[in-house]
Amino acid sequence: MSTVTETASLTQSPTGSDSRRSDRRRSLATVLTLLTAALALAVATAVSLGTITIPLGDVWAIVAYRISPVPLDAIWGDRWWSATREAIVFESRLPRALTAAVVGAALAVAGAVAQAVTRNPLADPYLLGVSSGAGFGVATVTVLGFGAGTLGIFTLPFAAFAGALLPLAATIVVSLRAHSVTAIVLVGVALSMVFSSLVTFVLLVLGDVHQLGTVMQWLAGGFGDANWRSLIAPTLVLIVTGTAIMLCSRRLNLLLAGDDGATALGMNVPRFRVLILLAVSLLAAAAVAVSGTIGFVGLLVPHLAAYLVGRNAARLVPTAGLLGAVALVLADILARSLSNTTELPIGVITGLVGGPIFIAMLWRRYSQDSR
Amino acid sequence: MTRLRAFGVQARLGERTVLHGADLDVAPGEVLALVGPNGSGKTTLLRTCYRALTVTEGAIMLDDKNIHTLRRRRVARIIGVSTQEPAAFGGVTVRESVRLGRSARRGWLEPFRTEDDDAVARALTQVSLTSQADRDVTELSGGERQRVSIARALAQEPQVLLLDEPTNHLDLRHQLGMLELLRTLAADGLAVLVTLHDLRLAAEYCDRIAVLDAGRVVDAGTPEHVLTPDLLETVFGVRGRIRTVGGRRVLDLYGLVDG
Repeated sequence: MSTVTETASLTQSPTGSDSRRSDRRRSLATVLTLLTAALALAVATAVSLGTITIPLGDVWAIVAYRISPVPLDAIWGDRWWSATREAIVFESRLPRALTAAVVGAALAVAGAVAQAVTRNPLADPYLLGVSSGAGFGVATVTVLGFGAGTLGIFTLPFAAFAGALLPLAATIVVSLRAHSVTAIVLVGVALSMVFSSLVTFVLLVLGDVHQLGTVMQWLAGGFGDANWRSLIAPTLVLIVTGTAIMLCSRRLNLLLAGDDGATALGMNVPRFRVLILLAVSLLAAAAVAVSGTIGFVGLLVPHLAAYLVGRNAARLVPTAGLLGAVALVLADILARSLSNTTELPIGVITGLVGGPIFIAMLWRRYSQDSR
Repeated sequence: MTRLRAFGVQARLGERTVLHGADLDVAPGEVLALVGPNGSGKTTLLRTCYRALTVTEGAIMLDDKNIHTLRRRRVARIIGVSTQEPAAFGGVTVRESVRLGRSARRGWLEPFRTEDDDAVARALTQVSLTSQADRDVTELSGGERQRVSIARALAQEPQVLLLDEPTNHLDLRHQLGMLELLRTLAADGLAVLVTLHDLRLAAEYCDRIAVLDAGRVVDAGTPEHVLTPDLLETVFGVRGRIRTVGGRRVLDLYGLVDG
């Protein structure tokens, strides 16, 4: 096809160029650098704060001494902190902060992808019933005692992960028949309700008050049980699934042209959608397994990230991941420090802090649109 | 140069059979208008042509190959499509949206090159959106969004162009500009298939017209041969006739058929 001359083109629109939106869309490198710095600072602060406050400088030093491949004692001199403090930093608070970061990143990435693939701004990582399935797994194991003891501290995380896969399997069976995204999402909603009912049934009909407490506490979410070993599985899932999603970013972008548009651009939309929803649910299941159900992060952070860098998946996914990590580390700091006597459930913090931030963002955006 | 043909295409939407054996033939160098009343199956027939919908009977052929034997990305390098779907989200600029049209020409992980940027710039010029290139798609008017979708199809640098109602959101000036553009593209050797509601535009600008009624192509040919007073009355329920004024075809419409 030869170039078509200007005379054949449509008449030029009288409206002048308008770049205010692109000005606001800052350079991706800048955003990612700032967010990485914010994450490092947030994690260090989280490790520093607590019943015993440890100065930030000591936190960096303890971590450096522990992870350095060369012994730093010979270079920087002897350790100037107690073994207790080192244990607090390295065995308790650091794995907890990193778990919060990994879970936040997993939920935000899953939410961003879920919104793109369903083209629904209300989609979140739990849209296929992952959270109520996980709750069902935990309730069943707690009340009926399947496999309790054999897996030790991993019993509940494993039960949650296995439970999360139940509604997912059902959804995939359905989506192999129905190629409509609406059908898939509605099946997810229906399965969420089924498993929520099952949780109630198991707890109230079969369980006792003590078991009810255990399950409710787990459902509310939190990082109290985090340790290095429980961090491994979600980190691996995040790295593998996150990489796969980044490799699919151009396909994700094609969905911005609509289902038919993406098909016309050479994509097998139904097959891609099933695979991506699988990845979303895997991320959500890994997150739920270590931290319980934490709402709002997976819904809200993708919108904040899109506000910063737009909806191009290659930009949105890493930004959402880092922003989600920062958000959940900060939320966990608040959950631990707002009350002297008890830890608040982290879901309470994400809702109470996240909600107003979200509304403020929408306010700014829509007041600009109406100019 | 590629010819697009549909042979006896049947297709279903859910349980309902929408197409009952439709035939089409779009040759390189011509603009074929697909017209028909609401619900006659125009969009459905177009969707079968780019595999958005699978035919239950019949075949869609690109030259001598059935499109279902070709890889999807190969089809996307031959057929460019402008759909009627609305943009889902903001957060994407006009340029990014049009650049999606280059995807089938690059590997999924291969970066876009300058020739892709050039194709995008050409497409934006063709639909007069160059000055809007860095705006967010949700800030555009309906007509401008429609032109983004058309620019994306042009950026595919296709040999066959399928456009679903490309003029329905455009003002009169841009409607005529769009059809002039289609004429130019056809002169360059493209096979252009366009669904239109405005029979007057179809009569004036298109080489041939195919009339779809209740899932069948009931007539196809030059506007003079197809848009007879009889057909206008039975298919569209309007009275009218084509006359030639100064070498141009003009369709005069006189109103609804009585009763």
